[in-house]
Amino acid sequence: MDLKLLDVEPTEAERVVVDLFNGMGRDQLLPALHAVNDRVGWISQGALNHICRVLHVPPAEAYGVASFYSLFSLTERPAKIVHVCVDLACQVNGAKALCDRLTDELGPAGAKSGWLRSPCLGVCEKAPAALAFEAGEVAKEQLLAPTHAGEVIAVAAAGPSPVDGERAEVPQAGDPGLRLLKRVGVVDPESLDDYRATGGYQALRTALLLGPSGVIREVTDAKLMGRGGAAFPTGRKWDATARQPVRPHYLVCNADESEPGTFKDRLLMEGDPFSVIESMTIAGFAAGCSKGYLYLRGEYPLALHLLRNAIAKARERGFLGTNIMGHEGFSFDIEIRRGAGAYICGEETAIFNSIEGFRGEPRSKPPFPVEVGLFGKPTVVNNVETLVNVPVILAEGSEAYTRIGTAGSTGSKLFCLSGNVSRPGVYEVPFGTTLGELLDLAGGVPPGRELRAVLLGGAAGGFVRPDELDLPLTLEDARAAGTTLGSGVVLVLDDTADLGSFLLRIAAFFRDESCGQCVPCRIGTVRQEEALHRLVGKRPLSTGAADLQLLREVGQVMRDSSICGLGQTAWNAIESALDRLGCVESFGHEEAGS
Amino acid sequence: MTIVEIGLPKRLVELTLDGESVRVPEGATILDACTASGKSIPTLCYGDTLKPANACRVCMVEVEGSRTLVPSCSRKVEPGMVVRTDSERTTHSRKLVLELLGSATDLSTTPHVDEWMSACGADPSRFGPSAPPSQDRDERRPGEHEEIDGSVAATVRQPTKVDNPLYVRDYGKCIMCYKCVDACGDQWQNSFAISVAGRGFDARISTEFATPLPDSACVYCGNCIEVCPTGALSFKREHDKREDGTWDESKQTETTTICTFCGVGCNLTLHVQDNEIVKVTSPHESTVTHGNLCIKGRFGWQHVQNR
Repeated sequence: MDLKLLDVEPTEAERVVVDLFNGMGRDQLLPALHAVNDRVGWISQGALNHICRVLHVPPAEAYGVASFYSLFSLTERPAKIVHVCVDLACQVNGAKALCDRLTDELGPAGAKSGWLRSPCLGVCEKAPAALAFEAGEVAKEQLLAPTHAGEVIAVAAAGPSPVDGERAEVPQAGDPGLRLLKRVGVVDPESLDDYRATGGYQALRTALLLGPSGVIREVTDAKLMGRGGAAFPTGRKWDATARQPVRPHYLVCNADESEPGTFKDRLLMEGDPFSVIESMTIAGFAAGCSKGYLYLRGEYPLALHLLRNAIAKARERGFLGTNIMGHEGFSFDIEIRRGAGAYICGEETAIFNSIEGFRGEPRSKPPFPVEVGLFGKPTVVNNVETLVNVPVILAEGSEAYTRIGTAGSTGSKLFCLSGNVSRPGVYEVPFGTTLGELLDLAGGVPPGRELRAVLLGGAAGGFVRPDELDLPLTLEDARAAGTTLGSGVVLVLDDTADLGSFLLRIAAFFRDESCGQCVPCRIGTVRQEEALHRLVGKRPLSTGAADLQLLREVGQVMRDSSICGLGQTAWNAIESALDRLGCVESFGHEEAGS
Repeated sequence: MTIVEIGLPKRLVELTLDGESVRVPEGATILDACTASGKSIPTLCYGDTLKPANACRVCMVEVEGSRTLVPSCSRKVEPGMVVRTDSERTTHSRKLVLELLGSATDLSTTPHVDEWMSACGADPSRFGPSAPPSQDRDERRPGEHEEIDGSVAATVRQPTKVDNPLYVRDYGKCIMCYKCVDACGDQWQNSFAISVAGRGFDARISTEFATPLPDSACVYCGNCIEVCPTGALSFKREHDKREDGTWDESKQTETTTICTFCGVGCNLTLHVQDNEIVKVTSPHESTVTHGNLCIKGRFGWQHVQNR
């Protein structure tokens, strides 16, 4: 392919980092864009040009990819920038006041003033949160959570301090009943010895003895369901992939956790990174994959640091690479891919396009990933939490595993409690625990307040009322109640919460995160936000068009005709608020009469 | 038209289409089956010379057992499939998709769209008055948008791009069907001069850094214009004649001939109005061109009418 490049050259700094990709191909486009962004803080014409020259990518396509991700800037930007979360849990915990202060002191959000508004940063238990970034020879990132305007202003000026001794914490730490979280906050996440001393790598040994089909049988018998939101049977997915004659097979660990209110996978990766690596190795063994990609969202610096360490140590000690644990012929390795600010890349086919160096747009299904996935090959995609259930299953046996939880939902589940709740954090409970019991575990709403509603499952989930707290948290009960457990979000709203603003944020989120590929989602999410603004603000159109009806009709076409789950669920939470919380009447307090 | 490529003999697959039993060759799409049985399904991003993009969602139909509607242009028929093209869900979806498109995009030069809209009672104006054209669509950043109050409906209206003597790009008419990108890229031309950039409602067809076409990899083959379903891309000649009101398709004749520039032998269809060539296309069913041409065949005809 002859490439026609723009007549612009990179700076010396840009050239040096891009030249490291010499001899590589298109699938390194996202890493190369990150490399430039890490070095200089934005992607200039000269830098993009040079990336295209080195990786042999047409410039228009590279531009299309770079302009897809919100963490990249294609216009000049200072090296230091702070991303301030304005999403659901942070909104409930004062993000608006924080942004108002920043606007007063630093100027309106933008590259010039050194701060930007950001969707959910995945640290909802410590809201409000911000992520400071500084480009340089060694890029620095620092999570500020919980934060306040003074701290953001100081860090925006001084730059972040690099990741230090921060440690993952869970409220139940040390509880002997924990299975998925047993090491989080207890063992040293950097130490492979600690991991092995607490049972680490015993499951892989068991797996190697059982053989691939034996592992798949155990996982199938355990009735493990995917924990990323879609709840697909994991065993079936592995089996379907393992049976594909085409080689190679790939494994993708979906760690692009970006559903607002979700932070369980981050806790697992920060608190027990070796278990993620071991679980991926077992999955790779079972499904016949020689390579695994760990697609990590771009906003998790600590998880990135710990996972890199875990992979390096595992490789050093023969837990990754060739002939793993002495098992002749079993080779498997893991490459981390950093996302760059795009919720949609957590969609199971968009993640392939993103890894391959294309825009993170979902693919049309069929064909399904188990047949035609990453690089066109059979691929298993599993969420982090799903995978870390596998060592538990292999350790205790599928039969014992199914005794936890209910018949339709086996095992335990991680829930992300945030919002107006006394002790926010990730909680592990057996499936079947009621929502009320879970809220009690987290101390309920702060003293003196009353529960207004719970958003269950995330922005794509649904609301539950205070009179429905006896809902058993299982896949089947949630479905029957017209909601979903989704990714395990339990976002609590008390009587001080502004439901109208909360719903508007959900609508804005879907508009911002739509990839734009299909009409129902690309335009539907815009019309949904517009109509909701009119409804919440009680400012109907002069034509008198019924906005509630409009919302329902747009919601229906998004659900019926969007390509992927993002568009199909973009109306769920808003519909559920209107139908279950009956909140239309309460809208417009402030704006009424204006 | 040919339902599927003629190759080895194919097994027939039987399916139910709006209550009637239909047999079509294995490998055909639902759209092929509809066409074969005389049902007209609206399409926009579907192209007879391109792989389905699945983007516009105008051709969605209901398939029994499927949670969502399915795109008829790409979904292959399966034995026993029960398809409804006229159910309430299908009609609702088609109406809303057309309304959404019409509310955001100038569809004034999109063929057939008026008929489709009136057939399903679509009214794009019910989303509110259109927002004014914007000057900054090429600079919009992914993941954020200006605060809104719902008083106007956002649109893609923007200034027309005229930066070369052969093409006009009026992206206020663009529905993001991906066809131009596919024709320019690996499906036909392999020039890769344009791509989709940005995200969500701000997604747009763009060269790198929105650089003018003459600085891009464009080779002016015109194959993007050939596949554009809305008139967002047009030949400068046609655009100018439409602007001054002299474009009149009823007065045009089409004559198919063979290009004389090289030995490939591409078919050219000359569109002639008032004894003047006003446009050159190529038949999509031509096995030589599949509707594609190069700059010479597409634009090298001025000498013919130098009188």
